[in-house]
Amino acid sequence: MMDLSPLWTTFKISLAATVFVFVTGLLLAWGVTNLKRGRALIDAVLSLPLVLPPTVMGFLILISVGANSAVGKFLDAFGMKLVFTWQGAAVAAAVVSFPVMYRGIRGALEQVDPTVIQAGRTLGLSEFKILRKVIFPMAAPGILASVVLSFARCLGEFGATLMVAGNIPGKTQTMSVAVYTAMQGGDRELAYKWVAIIVAYSLIILVGLNCLPSLRRRR
Amino acid sequence: MMKILKVDIRKKCGDFMLISKFETSSERFALLGASGSGKSMTLKCIAGIEKPDEGFIAIGDRVLFDSSAKINIPCRERKVGYLFQDYALFPHMTAFDNINLICRDPERTKALLRRFNIENCASLRPAKMSGGQCQRTALARMLASDPEVILLDEPFSALDNYMHTIIEREIMDILSGFDGPSVLVSHDRNEVYRMCGMIGVMDNGSVIDVQDKEGFFEHPATVVSARLTGCKNITALTDDGFASDWGIQLELPNGCHAKFAGYRAHFFELVGEDQKGKPNVFEVKVERVIEDTFSRVICFRQKGNKSESPDSLLTYITGKDTDACDVKFLKVDPSRLILLER
Repeated sequence: MMDLSPLWTTFKISLAATVFVFVTGLLLAWGVTNLKRGRALIDAVLSLPLVLPPTVMGFLILISVGANSAVGKFLDAFGMKLVFTWQGAAVAAAVVSFPVMYRGIRGALEQVDPTVIQAGRTLGLSEFKILRKVIFPMAAPGILASVVLSFARCLGEFGATLMVAGNIPGKTQTMSVAVYTAMQGGDRELAYKWVAIIVAYSLIILVGLNCLPSLRRRR
Repeated sequence: MMKILKVDIRKKCGDFMLISKFETSSERFALLGASGSGKSMTLKCIAGIEKPDEGFIAIGDRVLFDSSAKINIPCRERKVGYLFQDYALFPHMTAFDNINLICRDPERTKALLRRFNIENCASLRPAKMSGGQCQRTALARMLASDPEVILLDEPFSALDNYMHTIIEREIMDILSGFDGPSVLVSHDRNEVYRMCGMIGVMDNGSVIDVQDKEGFFEHPATVVSARLTGCKNITALTDDGFASDWGIQLELPNGCHAKFAGYRAHFFELVGEDQKGKPNVFEVKVERVIEDTFSRVICFRQKGNKSESPDSLLTYITGKDTDACDVKFLKVDPSRLILLER
């Protein structure tokens, strides 16, 4: 019987990272859509993890949350640390998947027809009500798709996770790291098993994603 | 008491300068102009969707915008009903929810659905409704917000001819039961004539001519307004009454200093060869003949006229029984010329 702990570790990390990235991505996407100046630059900075090599992201995360950093020292005062823990892996997954969430939600918000928003205003609706009753429901399919995609991105995260959280079986070893370890150790059979699991759930996620729009049409 | 809508605004958008000034009481007011002339921009400024650079907007004694007093009431507090060109319904909501979100009173929503005869699409989303049903839902939703002014932005542009006629009458019924000012934006002179009492012509960002509709169609003040009233033939005039685009001499009333003259296409008089060479008479060279539904349109120019201007080609509209071969000489009745200063 193979050790399934990488499966649970991966889902735990991905779930925590997705929840965090959903909240920050939504707020920042909303902020950037309504920005009048400096949009191009801020958007580029927020999208940076999309194009930087995962090792560079891992390096940058290590520097900013490592034991010698301000964040590291602050956490140390409470007896916590991020390096070589699953929480650290969640931070790495969050940073790497953030642009997927942020860009997806931003696109969904920008697709909402501005005249419909203007109509809401002329009809006397408050900005909060327009956000809640008009913009979010209209952007909902796009937002949901962004959540699924960035969750999938977390599941597949490898480089930055390895650098920040290492490869501790039962603690920080994720599925993608388990494939790598199995291959390195010459255990092809184990590698095949993990590859099969990863391909299977990835397919399920993508098929589900493709069913989103037709689900909405039927409603 | 009649509320008066007063608009006097200026706004610069790139190279385009909007200078909009007019006022209207409960009489229906139309802004007539070609696309891109600033009609919709004017409405958006009144509704608070766009902010003018400077100026003044008020309904009765309620000031909506005053740049000198730094007043700019937000859109949602203006009580300005805006009917958008493409309806701008909330696409994820049913017709019922579209209306009920605004009035928050299911009984009133039901009454509005009944009044607009759209009870059968109460549970449909806009994508499943016809253009006419969407238009009615948008109208009902607008009335649900209890507006003090109604703005209609090309409300019929997306409807077919039949639906246009029906919705136009429904909108007129609504407006006659509405005791505030209303502004219709349109490029269709017939629609404007049927629906409104006062007409303001917009050209290149400015309101250039405000008149009641009878005066407007009989005595348009400018070349642009004359064209918008449907006058097909327009020429520049020299001081001695020569129509330089048309290439003929006109007999103008004494003391007339008009710079331009217009002549409606169905006012020409068919005359015989004995009139050849006299003032007001064209020696016709037919360029093309177009068959219209109930009339024949003959495009012609004065024989030997070398002018390249598009106005050198005139339009004569006549009955189906007139053969284009028989049209050799056409006479202008000087008393029917539209004389224009600019």
